[in-house]
Amino acid sequence: MSASFERGYHALMEVIDAPVASFFMSCVHCGLCAQACLFYTETGDPQYTPIYKLEPLKKVWLHEYTLFGRISSRLGLSKKLTDEELAAWSPLVYDSCTLCGRCSMVCPVGNDIAYMVRKIREGMAAAGHAPQGVIEATQRTIRLGSPMGIKLQALQTQIRAQEAETGLTIPIDQQSADYLALLSSMEIINFPEYLGSLARIFKQAGVSWTLSSEAFEATNSGIQIGVSDIAREIVLKIVNAAEKLQVRSVISPECGHAFTALRWEGPNLIGRPYNFAVVHILELLDQLRAEGRIKTDGQLDTPLTFHDPCQIARRGGVIEQPRRLLGEVAADFREMEDAGVMNWCCGGGGGVSANPRAEAIMIKAFKRKKDQLEATGAHTLVTACANCRIVIEEGLEAYDMNVKVIGLTELVAEHLKQEETS
Amino acid sequence: MWMIWKSLMSETDLLLWTRGPGFQWALGLFLLGMALRGFELFSLGRRRDLAAPRAHSPGSGWRTIFTRSLPKWSTWRRTPATPLIAYGFHIGFFATLFLFPPHIQLALNIFGFSWPGLPSPLIDALALLTLLAVAGLAAGRLLDPVKRLISGFDDYAVLVLSALPLLTGYFAFHHQILSYTLMLALHILSAELLLALMPFTSLVHFATLLVARWYNGDIAGRKGVAS
Amino acid sequence: MSDKLSLPAILEAHGISRREFLKFCGSLAALMALPPGMAPSVAAALDKAQRPSVIWLSFQECTGCTESLSRSHNPTLEALIFDAISLDYHHTLQAASGEAAEAARATAMKQFFGKYLLVVDGSIPLKDGGVYSTIAGRSNLDMLQEAAKGAAAIVAVGTCAAFGGIPHANPNPTGAVAVSDIIKDKPIINVSGCPPIPVVITGVLAHYLTFGTLPELDGLGRPKAFYGESIHDRCYRRPFYDQGKFAKTFDDEGARNGWCLFELGCKGPTTFNACATTKWNQGTSFPIESGHGCLGCSEPNFWDAGSFYNPLSAPIPTSNKVVLGAAAVGVAAGATIGLWNRHVQTQARREHVAVNVDDLEKPHE
Repeated sequence: MSASFERGYHALMEVIDAPVASFFMSCVHCGLCAQACLFYTETGDPQYTPIYKLEPLKKVWLHEYTLFGRISSRLGLSKKLTDEELAAWSPLVYDSCTLCGRCSMVCPVGNDIAYMVRKIREGMAAAGHAPQGVIEATQRTIRLGSPMGIKLQALQTQIRAQEAETGLTIPIDQQSADYLALLSSMEIINFPEYLGSLARIFKQAGVSWTLSSEAFEATNSGIQIGVSDIAREIVLKIVNAAEKLQVRSVISPECGHAFTALRWEGPNLIGRPYNFAVVHILELLDQLRAEGRIKTDGQLDTPLTFHDPCQIARRGGVIEQPRRLLGEVAADFREMEDAGVMNWCCGGGGGVSANPRAEAIMIKAFKRKKDQLEATGAHTLVTACANCRIVIEEGLEAYDMNVKVIGLTELVAEHLKQEETS
Repeated sequence: MWMIWKSLMSETDLLLWTRGPGFQWALGLFLLGMALRGFELFSLGRRRDLAAPRAHSPGSGWRTIFTRSLPKWSTWRRTPATPLIAYGFHIGFFATLFLFPPHIQLALNIFGFSWPGLPSPLIDALALLTLLAVAGLAAGRLLDPVKRLISGFDDYAVLVLSALPLLTGYFAFHHQILSYTLMLALHILSAELLLALMPFTSLVHFATLLVARWYNGDIAGRKGVAS
Repeated sequence: MSDKLSLPAILEAHGISRREFLKFCGSLAALMALPPGMAPSVAAALDKAQRPSVIWLSFQECTGCTESLSRSHNPTLEALIFDAISLDYHHTLQAASGEAAEAARATAMKQFFGKYLLVVDGSIPLKDGGVYSTIAGRSNLDMLQEAAKGAAAIVAVGTCAAFGGIPHANPNPTGAVAVSDIIKDKPIINVSGCPPIPVVITGVLAHYLTFGTLPELDGLGRPKAFYGESIHDRCYRRPFYDQGKFAKTFDDEGARNGWCLFELGCKGPTTFNACATTKWNQGTSFPIESGHGCLGCSEPNFWDAGSFYNPLSAPIPTSNKVVLGAAAVGVAAGATIGLWNRHVQTQARREHVAVNVDDLEKPHE
């Protein structure tokens, strides 16, 4: 089979539930969602109004699930959704939305707009209207094992490099370890220090952990393109590996949508709860800190600020942990305005950074983060999502800004008390 | 001339109709509509969330029902006009509706209990302010590019529907424009029209926002976020 | 038989001076909101007035209107108007009775055909051939239609004649209707009220005598001079309404302070009559001044306008059939569409074909 409008339309019919109906019924078209969305605020273009992105889904709801909608479409008073309309909405749904969920926080009637964008993507993708870049990333994930095409070999190379760097062994496929650690492609390729940092921190803290050769990729392209069938396949790999190794917990790495995919969507995708817990690396590090198992020495005294990755903070609930960790290792930590659950998106999550068609608008939208950053006066930015890191680094370059970007796990590992890590 | 009048409905007959069968029909249509939309909504259900919720969370569905009434600080900072005018409208509308003694009498008659009201001159001023807010809402829809793009027939129609009881009530109280009997009849008729059409327009948000906010708060609350 | 004496002669006989007569005409003119300069015209007209014949038909009524009109403690100038007319037929006031009375009526109608003034009080029952009110074996309907033929104009006195009144109220077992529901080809003046204020009647008659025409009428056929303003617009308690000071019960502090009676059911705002200005019993008082809300008795259907003690803003109790029926239809329609929604959704999910990476693109043309 291949993509078709019929499959897309049917997918839209499948995803509509009571929350979606309550959202469409409640919307009074006040436009406040636009004021919360960086794609609107940095362009002034009303077509980026978040609720407007959902017009095709609204049509399906009206014509298939409401009495008056059914009657009016039968009488020819209103027209059902067409393939052309769905195609026209693709840039709105994929290029100018990262599923950051800021709109869902401000809607006065309580609409969870990001929830609905996630659902409309099911129809978009099944109809063949997902952007080429995202389609290819997804195809690579399934066919090769990761969206950037990284296979086990590449990982093993990095493992060896980090083992040499740290002088520690990085466990792989250890049965009954407490924690199974996952990685994102971005980290494996661009920020391999993350792996070394894990090794050093876990050594000091005495954490029993392992990698899995069968499931090392946490990034979930299925979530980003919006195809639950594919997202399920990706999650299942992890679930099977975790249950095979009989680990107590799986660690989601510094990647936003990986956490959303594994921690919050996963059990619903596979249709059952897990036999293990899922924690974000920041949650684990904070827990270890609280238990006194991480001992740090010295602090970074350059002024720095923190970018909350949307899927981890606002859509994930990991908000205070990075701040407590920064309290240990940063002398001059400055919060951005709107820090915490209302922080602004980097502009590249949810598939946008994998979508060349979206490059121009992504750079435009970055201006929001730029303004936030400049207002703090800091030239160092810490974050906890590898995709945010790349996107921010690209944005800083585009705007010619001299700011260093560091991952939080690395920062913690760099300040571990030396004696404990040999 | 008065023979022609009498052949149509007289003003008094119109008033008596609005106070009698008109009220029954409006209330009936309202209940019919609410039942219909309620079933439309809840029949779609929501799959149970199999992901383990966080043990302790600052957020919940019930909490968001209340807290979502307060705009987030960053919204205020960016665009105070929209929430201000909208609040001005809602507060003014509800005040004139629930705190005007003749309306409280209506409630006493239907429900059997009443509450203290405000002096009529104050209600009068509030009605004018509310009408001003309606004008502000209409202007917003026409002038702001975001609102203009996403607004449709329904959005403008409900502004008219909401303004009519305010206008007719104001003129009735002041015995202006038309005879009191006719003005009162039109006032009651416009209120009945509003009541009857509420479930079938975006005005149904008066009830569905409780549901939407609850879902929003619940989804976020399970993840440990107070939305 | 009618007396051919003119009004001035009658007045002189009663010891009313010319000056007093002119004063009366002035006050009558003022009462009818005529410009002061018209007082001499009123006087001149009444001078010349040949006493017109007046046939007064009493149908399904309580005689309250006659009581109101004829009640006087000392001879008043209003009463004298009745000397200015020749009241050739009136159940209560005429001396004759039985066949003699009917004969008098028939004679007057024949003699003054096309010129007599027909006054009617009481409603006219139509059900079952009009048997519910008959005089001398004839139905009211029959009598009215016959008498209207030769009438120059008809004055419907009281709310019963003007709008149907008490008998017309739900469920109207006699099929009572107003004069204007039956007679369509004669000028009709409605002098409504239950009963009407005495001076309103005399003012209307005086107008007719003076000008030979009907006064300006409102949308319900009532003379604007007396029914042009609502009680509310002339009520001395209006400032309390405007300030929102309402009496809650009949003997609370507000009531004793004379506050507005809106919450106790006063229909002043929707009632048009002269009570608040002219008042009753030669200007003694009127219901609101005595502490009771206006009943709205000069308006059509005032008996069916909900309780006298329910405020205007309260609904009139009617059967709940419509509400309950509509709610039931809503639940039924809702349940149906709910099931339909469920079915469509389940079907769509059941028909789901898994999307894999090969399905993400449309076939290339």
